[in-house]
Amino acid sequence: MPGKLMRLVLLAACALAATAVAQAPGNDDEIARNRQALQEDNPAELWEARGEALWSAKRGPKQASLAQCDLGLGPGVVKGAYVQLPRYFSDTGKVQDLESRLVTCMVTLQGMAREEVVKNPFGSPEHQSDMEALATYIAGRSRGMRMNVVLARPEEQEAYRLGEKIFYYRAGPYDFGCVTCHGADNKRIRLQALPDLTQAKGAQSAYTGWPAYRIGAGEVRTMQQRLADCFRQQRFPDVAYASDTVTALTLFLAKNANGGTMNAPGVKL
Amino acid sequence: MAEPMKIRATMQGDKVEVKVLMNHEMETGQRKDAKGATVPAHFIQSVVATCNDKTVLSAQWGTAVSKNPFLSFRFKGGKPGDKVIITWTDNKGDKRTDEAVIAAPAA
Amino acid sequence: MNIARKSVIAVSALAAAVLVACAVSPPASEAELEQKAIVMMKQDFAKLGPQWVARLDQDEVQALCTRSRDAVTPEVGKEIQTRQLATIVYPASGKLMGDWKKGEAIAQLGRGLQFSDPPGSPAGGNCYACHQLSSSEIAYGTIGPSLLHYGKLRGNSDYIQRYTYGKIYNAEAYAACSSMPRFGHNKILTQEQIADVTALLLDPASPVNK
Repeated sequence: MPGKLMRLVLLAACALAATAVAQAPGNDDEIARNRQALQEDNPAELWEARGEALWSAKRGPKQASLAQCDLGLGPGVVKGAYVQLPRYFSDTGKVQDLESRLVTCMVTLQGMAREEVVKNPFGSPEHQSDMEALATYIAGRSRGMRMNVVLARPEEQEAYRLGEKIFYYRAGPYDFGCVTCHGADNKRIRLQALPDLTQAKGAQSAYTGWPAYRIGAGEVRTMQQRLADCFRQQRFPDVAYASDTVTALTLFLAKNANGGTMNAPGVKL
Repeated sequence: MAEPMKIRATMQGDKVEVKVLMNHEMETGQRKDAKGATVPAHFIQSVVATCNDKTVLSAQWGTAVSKNPFLSFRFKGGKPGDKVIITWTDNKGDKRTDEAVIAAPAA
Repeated sequence: MNIARKSVIAVSALAAAVLVACAVSPPASEAELEQKAIVMMKQDFAKLGPQWVARLDQDEVQALCTRSRDAVTPEVGKEIQTRQLATIVYPASGKLMGDWKKGEAIAQLGRGLQFSDPPGSPAGGNCYACHQLSSSEIAYGTIGPSLLHYGKLRGNSDYIQRYTYGKIYNAEAYAACSSMPRFGHNKILTQEQIADVTALLLDPASPVNK
């Protein structure tokens, strides 16, 4: 019985055969069609289920659940929380994205140590990530809703501008900034289409598809991980998990994506 | 302890369409971990689906099937309200059984 | 009673407005914001130590291009190009074309200089990430122009060899605020590797020119 790998190989072979015959190499429509077909069986559902269980489980030294965790819409309100993040929180006095907020809740409500919570944030075959499961569950509860990040407070306005600064910051041995790959339309790196993140259309298509199950990794990845991995490929140093830099950049992208309909968790190659 | 499967069973015409998402590492036995040690093979070897005490699908899998396998199949002879029971067994002898009730077609 | 209450409310509202106005400082200037962003990044990228954080220090090209969002004035652009041209180091032997087979391998390899790459591991140019090169390779990017038939179209005179080698060594010498990394100047590729990629582009036997 063919599994996902077999299906992927078959789909890829068909795509290559099709492109060899008629279309230009790396034809974007073919690639998009393959990706659409993969959407129908998304292992991310398993992460959603695990995340939901983790949200209500009594954990940590305080043996408390996350039911009182405020993601911006009031304690315990998960539905619709993702589309209004990142945002300012008065209890911490700072702008926070989803993972940053989860860290706050795990530390204050459940009594966990911050170092422990951020130690292994990205899942691997050897280690499951609780953060990725929770993020998948929470983002999934905004499915079908439109991105609606509001820059109401000066802290949020400043964080957006900081995120913009980071987006355009060229540095490192490659002289790369985010803008180098994501500042124009209709470009691709190898065969991967590159959304223009400075414009609504590109930002929407990019932002609303994360978190996503990445077939090659066999893991669900979040925007947090995607940004950290971008920095790695830009030849930047390793960025701290749930840091202000990631939050500012996420806010920049999320606000640019306003109006886009959340469709997470998605599935990607 | 094996993690639960997600099973959906719906009527498609006179056939039952079953979609199963299984939670399994599906290690081929060829991968090396971060330290360079070979990760031992750990994969689902057999899958059996029954409905009304009849076997409707029996499969033997190998290492070509990738992590968190998705299985989709159709069979005749089931109706809304019947249970579809799926069991997988892996090469270490771990087993997992889950069931789902066949849903009526959408109105 | 009502009038007194209204006055109290009015005074309170005024006081509150004054307090809010004092608490909210005016938005930061571009320069202040730029500084704040850099301080924030240096803090958040500190995990691997000062040698790595140093990568965030911008040189002249990076700073000018960042601030202008890659749209410097023609005058500034000319200055950048002149200064960057002076950095190019050509092989002492005078041989600018190496082995195109090695060049293809360098063009295909996307690793090197990432914090996930073991230090000293081979670095590639990752040319196919942005460019089409050999006709047989369909997995190519479009961030840069197609280089298919590069040598066929230009020949391989001394001038073209010098330009091609120089462009790979330091793309900023020819296009200020180019998106292309400065492979020689930033020590991504060795001189020998750059010569190999030059051969990939210019050698008539190379698959780029078939």
